[in-house]
Amino acid sequence: MARAVTPSRKAFTTVVAGLLGLMMFFPVLWIFILSFKSEGDAIKAPMEILFNTGWTTESYGAVQERSDYFKHFWNSVIISVGSTVLGLAVAIPAAWAMAFVPGKRTKDVLMWMLSTKMLPPVGVLVPIYLIFRDLGLLDSRVGLVFVLMMINLPIIIWMLYTYFREIPGEILEAARMDGASLRNEVIYVLTPMAVPGMASTMLLNVILAWNEAFWTLNLTAANAAPLTAFIASYSSPEGLFYAKLSAASVMAIAPILIMGWFSQKQLVRGLTFGAVK
Amino acid sequence: MKLKSALYAVSALVSVTATATIAEELTIATVNNSDMIIMQKLSPQWEEATGNTLNWVVLEENVLRQRVTTDIATDGGSFDIVTIGAYEAPIWGAQDWLVGLDDLGDDYDYDDIFEPVRNGLSADGTLYAVPFYAESSFTFYRKDLFDAAGIELPDEQMTYDDFAEIVAQLHDPDNGVFGTCQRGKAGWGENMAFVGPLVNAFGGKWFDMDWNPTIDSPEWNAAITYYVDLMNNYGPPGATANGHNENRALFADGKCATWVDATSAAGYIFNPSESSVADKTDFFQAPKQVTDKGTGWFWAWALAIPTSSKNQDAAKDFLAWATSKEYVELVGESEGWVAAPPGTRKSTYANEAYLEAAPFAETVENSILAANPADATKDPVPYTGVQFVAIPEFQGIGNYVGQQISAALAGQQTVDEALANSQRFAEREMTKAGYIK
Amino acid sequence: MATKASRAAARLMISPSVLLLLGWMIVPLSMTLYFSFLRYNLIMPGDNPFVGWENYYWFFTDPSFKDAMINTLLLVGGVLLITVIGGTLFALLLDQPMWGQGIIRIMVIAPFFVMPTVSGLVWKNMFMNPVNGIFGHLASSLGLQPLDFFSQIPLLSIILIVSWQWLPFATLILLTALQSLDQEQLEAAEMDGASWASRFWYIMLPHLARAITVVILIQTIFLLSIFAEILVTTNGGPGTATTNLTYLIYVSSLLQYDVGMGSAGGVIAIILANIVAIFLMRMIGKNLDA
Repeated sequence: MARAVTPSRKAFTTVVAGLLGLMMFFPVLWIFILSFKSEGDAIKAPMEILFNTGWTTESYGAVQERSDYFKHFWNSVIISVGSTVLGLAVAIPAAWAMAFVPGKRTKDVLMWMLSTKMLPPVGVLVPIYLIFRDLGLLDSRVGLVFVLMMINLPIIIWMLYTYFREIPGEILEAARMDGASLRNEVIYVLTPMAVPGMASTMLLNVILAWNEAFWTLNLTAANAAPLTAFIASYSSPEGLFYAKLSAASVMAIAPILIMGWFSQKQLVRGLTFGAVK
Repeated sequence: MKLKSALYAVSALVSVTATATIAEELTIATVNNSDMIIMQKLSPQWEEATGNTLNWVVLEENVLRQRVTTDIATDGGSFDIVTIGAYEAPIWGAQDWLVGLDDLGDDYDYDDIFEPVRNGLSADGTLYAVPFYAESSFTFYRKDLFDAAGIELPDEQMTYDDFAEIVAQLHDPDNGVFGTCQRGKAGWGENMAFVGPLVNAFGGKWFDMDWNPTIDSPEWNAAITYYVDLMNNYGPPGATANGHNENRALFADGKCATWVDATSAAGYIFNPSESSVADKTDFFQAPKQVTDKGTGWFWAWALAIPTSSKNQDAAKDFLAWATSKEYVELVGESEGWVAAPPGTRKSTYANEAYLEAAPFAETVENSILAANPADATKDPVPYTGVQFVAIPEFQGIGNYVGQQISAALAGQQTVDEALANSQRFAEREMTKAGYIK
Repeated sequence: MATKASRAAARLMISPSVLLLLGWMIVPLSMTLYFSFLRYNLIMPGDNPFVGWENYYWFFTDPSFKDAMINTLLLVGGVLLITVIGGTLFALLLDQPMWGQGIIRIMVIAPFFVMPTVSGLVWKNMFMNPVNGIFGHLASSLGLQPLDFFSQIPLLSIILIVSWQWLPFATLILLTALQSLDQEQLEAAEMDGASWASRFWYIMLPHLARAITVVILIQTIFLLSIFAEILVTTNGGPGTATTNLTYLIYVSSLLQYDVGMGSAGGVIAIILANIVAIFLMRMIGKNLDA
């Protein structure tokens, strides 16, 4: 597996990849740096900001004073995790059935499910808003959990389906020969094999739900508003705002970024959508 | 079964006592302006005094407007207090979406509110929103740069042609100073707020007496050509992204020699802790051209209560507090008088402390009193409004025209094309809405 | 292996998802369809009379409609082009042995976790702003006229921002695919004297075809409804330069509050999305079967 390469070539690759990686990462790094600067310093030339300005946490203080970060944070956590768990509960049986008992129409059903995701949310906001009003779901976490589950369900099913399909059918066959019931088959045979795929699906969907900004902004007011609404109050305020915007951005993306980094191995393993045979 | 009904009784009891003793919880939607942020900061005082609590939804202006409109129009009931502008208040009031606010008590002193402001927020004689701050527009300029260039200000209102000449002399991008900063970001409340009065000054109007759009008229063409030339020659780069807030930051950072914009920004520009040009700035009237009518706009941010709110009494109490004389004083004392909410109350302008801290006070007062939404154009028109037209359809038309003009400013199309497109769009919308048969 | 019983069980297991999605699709869709035939403006209350095809007429003859269609195609196409090519190159590079691969991979995938709103705001203000942004400062320090991104190259600016967000996704999938490539086959080809280019062309690329298809499919689904990035940067302008179909529907239904016309636009967008879906289905069907 390991190809033999000269150290100089390896060093060269490292440098090139490192530079490219830094380029991709730079915007995130930059707002992190700016968030620790004063407003006046944050609009200076980059070199001056890096080497010629002091550090301060005043922007974080200003942001926290104005908006209750932890309330938004908890809403984001509840909404993204809730919608993912609920989504998995609905999707696992469906994906299992499609993968192991495929019918003639399985592919069509799958594609139809994906196509519901192409529906532009702005086009159906007013109908959904009216329904939510009548059900008393406006500005409630329950309502958002449901909506985000629905918009991500096709992706969850698709991911699980492609993952389940890679589990060899012979194993199930063997289990069935041994007289395992459907329930046992799922619990003892399938689940252990499917855990990495499910973990990866879960991670991806937490990320997607965390970052969803249209429904979370439009269906909430004060109680259920997650971090996307928190950011919306810093998008174009009066006066100099780069440092505060940076601080608010860091606060909004840090939790998911850190989660993503720690779990990137699990995320990557299942993130194939059947691309690898 | 018995247990269940006993439980019901208990819970009913609890909920009755709960509503009697526990205070209301209000949801308030507001814009992320510095005045509103101060209100948010001071509101715990009201919460402590009344025992009520406030949940804040602070959004950027466009998001706020869309969010609040959707909720009010669908009777969603998400908000108890909303922040709206002088454009929405009369329209929404007439549609019975807002609670009438004529009963805030004798202490409230309605007569202390400037009359044009009160009229601007009323429909059919009922006040539907109470003003938090009000503004007109005037020209901010850098005294130091004018002096250095030896430019003397005329006593009279200058014309836009004179203005362009001055701007040309001051334009010095090599030293980081642009001749003028004006709004370029598309939107009826952004670039159109500057363009509207400019068109008025050039003798143009949105509609003739039969509601036919007149955007392809020579007056509009002259005004927009002037605007595009002025900005391309003497404006900062990236002007199409600059709205009020961006220009405010640029001016406060000393990057602009002149800026025609809201009088309410004066508190910020003259505040040394926010602005690097606080002691170098002065102001004069917004220029005129063929007419001096409608050359300064009129706008107010106001608080209102949707009829769908379930806590109207508590909400009224907050409104009376946040727009009272006492509140103005509270801000003056805790945040510095220069930051007091301007443009709403005579008492503010009679207050020595305010007049001393705010050198612009008298000019602002005069501009607001002079702005007359009912007579803002050279020719007679069927509508009211200086920089907007007070009909529901205007938002859509204003936004579209704003986009077209910003495309002309970006050089993606000519002024003629932009105005022809705008005219076509306005004709469509007015036909669709049944104004044009 | 599929018995009758297991088929019935399977149907039972799929049905919650199908029913939910069906409900999610049909309820708002039928309301949207219904609204699209009404004169229904949120800010003009009153009865909402039935007006037949009028809303469709107004939407189709909207001067922005054609631009929005073209922009949607350019946006989706542009981002796909950049992310597929860029992602392939990144994947090839990251597949090479190097020091600190874990760290580098973490840096490369970071943009994927950033909220679209945040990335739009950050690029607009901290990078592309010609006066205070980094690119502006760089250009000035080199004595050049700073590029005014959102007025000179508005659509390309949006494409670049969105590509930044999606490049990690493409890279990850393509990298995983690349790592599953049979090394012996490659080595054999190398021994036979095949150049790097021909190894890439004849062995790696065919192996990646499937992954590329998946990248295109998944990204198209998300890219068709790009919205937040446009909203916080250009508001669809200048003019209609960055108005895509989603944004145009937003303008009709939530800026002009014309729910009738917005609904008509929504119906049109759904039809177009289904056409794209059928198209993708064929493509995927060919590549993903077996």
